[in-house]
Amino acid sequence: MKYVDEFRDPALAHTLAQRLRAEADPARRYSFMEFCGGHTHALARHGVLDLLPPNLRMIHGPGCPVCVLPVGRIDMAIQLALQRGVMLCSYGDVMRVPASQGLSLQRAKARGADIRMVYSPADALQLARANPSREVVFLAIGFETTTPPSALVIRQAAREGLGNFSLLCNHVLTPAAITHILESPEVATYGTLPLDGFVGPAHVSIVIGSAPYEPFARAWHKPVVIAGFEPLDLMRAILMLVRQVNDGRAEVENQFTRAVSREGNRLAQAAVVEVFEPRDSFEWRGLGEVPHSALKIRPAFAAFDAEARYALHYQPVPDHKQCDCGAILRGVKQPSDCKLFATVCTPENPMGSCMVSSEGSCAAHYTYGRFRDIAVVAG
Amino acid sequence: MCLALPARLVERLVDDQAVVDLGGIRKTISIALVPEARVGDYVIVHVGHALGLLDEAEAQATLALFAELERSRA
Repeated sequence: MKYVDEFRDPALAHTLAQRLRAEADPARRYSFMEFCGGHTHALARHGVLDLLPPNLRMIHGPGCPVCVLPVGRIDMAIQLALQRGVMLCSYGDVMRVPASQGLSLQRAKARGADIRMVYSPADALQLARANPSREVVFLAIGFETTTPPSALVIRQAAREGLGNFSLLCNHVLTPAAITHILESPEVATYGTLPLDGFVGPAHVSIVIGSAPYEPFARAWHKPVVIAGFEPLDLMRAILMLVRQVNDGRAEVENQFTRAVSREGNRLAQAAVVEVFEPRDSFEWRGLGEVPHSALKIRPAFAAFDAEARYALHYQPVPDHKQCDCGAILRGVKQPSDCKLFATVCTPENPMGSCMVSSEGSCAAHYTYGRFRDIAVVAG
Repeated sequence: MCLALPARLVERLVDDQAVVDLGGIRKTISIALVPEARVGDYVIVHVGHALGLLDEAEAQATLALFAELERSRA
């Protein structure tokens, strides 16, 4: 058992596809949102979308932390590196994201800023220990998967009394964003969402468990099925959603039982609660301000909070006027509906959140699906 | 971004550190969030930290469900 290959068997995928076609009621339409960018990428990469019945549509949600990180937050990090001379560390995913004034972390590095790509926040902590004369800032991004490691390094820095380490916190919360998709005021602008259910994230749910989705499923009467990241996991989860819709059920079901429990990882949750507290509101690129959707560092750990330490102020930066990410992230439009898609806006030069990382819905469609839209002409 | 990989724990070290094996590649990670992990267990590794344990019995049960589908088709 390697927990990967077993869940990629093509013959079984075709069996699951047949079962989906047999059970999906031809008289109705099914629209499901996969929240997580990892699922978006897996659906496109493994060709799962081509195996789904024609009346079943997957809508790609806003669950890619690199995509939804607003440009103004990257500007704050660049400012720290260029003007305050800190050693700025972050995950590789953020390095190429375009920021204001034609800059990105990578381009700021080319201008002489000390910017380091790290694999783990523990590596940033190690850089702080090894360079006591330098100020080290970790630009922390991500959903509930990267938050516990961030909490651990802050706790460790406090324990060691490391005076030259701080963290610029951009951690965001999954359940708040899923709810926002359904209840935001923009729903009135974009029209009613045709969503029949959600594929719940895999690794986020390892940490938070399946319980946090239960109030949501009840309140909105929408089924949620937590799925693993392999193609067979996803197809099985979609089949479970079809069955719930057919039966008129709206329950939280767990397909990823090999890693996800109802309670989640309590140690990880405790570390997060000790170090972080909710923000009243946080801007999501493409979604706008979302209440109670992000975390900040508790005052007890203010010494390790880069925002407090360097008195940073957030300055919002608007996206391109014609960018349709807001409608795409809510499932009202598809990437190819956007005028900018694959013309002005490409993975090399992204204009909006959905094109920023390979997990964004526009980037996934650009890489794996764009030629499906074009009819094949022989001769 | 939330990419995390199943890896086999091959050695426990001090200070909540452990060595994992991922298809022949060995890496030292933190198991502070999964202190119950033992040598031979598969853990889900994300940004240098084990986030959870993989349950082999549950994985077999999921695979058995797929196999059942295959049989019902035949």
